[in-house]
Amino acid sequence: MDFNLSEEHLGVQKMVREFAKKEIAPVIQEWDRKQEMAPFILPRMAELGILGINIPVRYGGQGFDYISLGLVCEELEAADTTLRVIMSVHMGLNSMALLQWGTEEQKQKFLVPQAKGEKIACFGLTEPGVGSDVAGMTSTAKKDGDEYVLNGEKMWISLATKADNALVVMRTDQDVEDPHDGLTAFMVEMDREGITTGDIKGKLGVRAGSTGWIAFQDVRVPESNRLGEEGEGFKIAMSCLDNGRYTVAAGATGLIRASLEASIAYANERKAFGREIGKFQLVQQKIAKMVQAYEMARLLYLKSGWMKNEGLRNTKETSQAKWFATDASFEAASEAIQVHGAYGFSDEYDVERYLRNSKGAVIYEGTSEVHQLMQAGYALGYRQDGALRCELPAFDAEFWQE
Amino acid sequence: MKIVVCVKQVPDSAAKVSVENGQVAWGDAPLVINPWDEYAVEAALVLGEANGGEVTAVSMGTESAKEALKHALAMGCQEAILVSDPALADADSQAAAQVLAAAVSKIGDADLVIFGKQAIDSDTGLTAAQTARVLGWPALTLAAAVSNLNLDAKTIRVERAMEEGRQIVDSKLPAVISIVKDYGEPRYPSFMGIRKASRAEIPAWSLSDLGIEAPAPVVSWLEIMNPPAREVTNEIIEGGSPEEVAAALADKIIAEKVL
Repeated sequence: MDFNLSEEHLGVQKMVREFAKKEIAPVIQEWDRKQEMAPFILPRMAELGILGINIPVRYGGQGFDYISLGLVCEELEAADTTLRVIMSVHMGLNSMALLQWGTEEQKQKFLVPQAKGEKIACFGLTEPGVGSDVAGMTSTAKKDGDEYVLNGEKMWISLATKADNALVVMRTDQDVEDPHDGLTAFMVEMDREGITTGDIKGKLGVRAGSTGWIAFQDVRVPESNRLGEEGEGFKIAMSCLDNGRYTVAAGATGLIRASLEASIAYANERKAFGREIGKFQLVQQKIAKMVQAYEMARLLYLKSGWMKNEGLRNTKETSQAKWFATDASFEAASEAIQVHGAYGFSDEYDVERYLRNSKGAVIYEGTSEVHQLMQAGYALGYRQDGALRCELPAFDAEFWQE
Repeated sequence: MKIVVCVKQVPDSAAKVSVENGQVAWGDAPLVINPWDEYAVEAALVLGEANGGEVTAVSMGTESAKEALKHALAMGCQEAILVSDPALADADSQAAAQVLAAAVSKIGDADLVIFGKQAIDSDTGLTAAQTARVLGWPALTLAAAVSNLNLDAKTIRVERAMEEGRQIVDSKLPAVISIVKDYGEPRYPSFMGIRKASRAEIPAWSLSDLGIEAPAPVVSWLEIMNPPAREVTNEIIEGGSPEEVAAALADKIIAEKVL
């Protein structure tokens, strides 16, 4: 067993940390207040190669492993959650699905420009009336010759108004016995006729990000845009979540670290009753719990990343990592505000933003409640992961980098 | 075109540097590439890219200086060479200049040698000029821009940052230049560069590889001490109106001979 990060991992971590510190941290509060995404962020992340970090060089990416993706997400979310969200949808939920399920033609058409950052990608599963109950979705895709006609609405979609390509799951079959079997996945170019999008304002958190809706009205896509087989949509969506949740777990770990670092700095500086507040045991307890939460969250996501590298099925482990890290990040941010006292309650300090940003991830990509049901299901033997027709390919340095 | 960029490994600028038992200590703060040298690497890469040149990074230091060289490789330098020898433990800036000049000569055919304006640890800002002196090349220090580089005519024009403005200087090549911050933000290491750097085997040259004896230092540090701790007291001036507070503050400043 080796807990060391490689020299490459450390280099990636340092580079992304530097970028986040220099270019994001100084301006993020302003964009958070404006409730807008800073327009430079996506082109800059593309230029630096971050948007293709773990995709093989042959498909336009940077050829790093899945652990590097986790490290990138940790660094990005330590600056602001909205940056990690970009990686969750563009990479975890969309590009990695192409790597896993896409035909060679689809990889060339969609994955290559996405990995290069020339095209931005998003993911549409949730609907206005359907969240955890995925199989209850009402959006439809009807076969018409060698095309499908898409109708319906997807809601709470990160980058809905920014993305060029969306991976969406639609109902293709109303008559199947098990509604899970009637879903199909598609890659849809967002400039197709009949697509409208909008951003949602007034969110509690991730205000410097783009979260919106996509409406489909008789949107025609060619059969060649279908990802996987007809009826395979639910399995594909769940495999997307294995990757999306990994980025969420790693990012929430970064949020715990940010809460911890802010708390340490403040506890060493602020005095009460004639000494630094870090000298008080109840403040120490909060710091100690954040240290513990950070270490645990980090170990869980790195284990999940390692399993991906090895080509091992990691649905259970990724769910554990996501559940733990997001709950712990909410707790850490809340305690960081408590350490900061009244100042933490104002946006003069970053910690109030951390708390607002942490809450979304406790809800999306499987609520904490769903993850608890999953873990209980595994433990009690109610739940098993069957083999998939296409597994996420194990990391192979030679294949990735040549 | 061949460019050599000289870099130094120094304690992180965020480190708390202090003197312990007569030795400089920086706790467990990491060692990093001298921040000024990142500007030098940026300049070397820009000039190399524009003129089809190769950039070699050189550092004099212990084994740990390979980290600074790896950073330079990750930013895009083609090659890196460490010059390391136990006999250089007490080297001052002129000794470093002799060693770096010997390394530049051994690399051979360099058109430009680029330095950062100074290193943040010893802060002398002398090594670039001294290296130029040893090589017998022009020293173009504190360059904020390279506005012309003609490889056929073997000439260079740089803009030197002066307090009064910019001084434009023409010189022949080869030359030594030192770079200031105005040159432009150094790039981040690229992911491809990070991979290349992590796999690079960096050669280490000793003094005998360079064919020179250890240059005797002419500057030695007799004693190193912490700066005296400053007594700071706070006083808040109260008053009924801003005018009253300002008047009391002005009186106080004059009484304390601050102004």
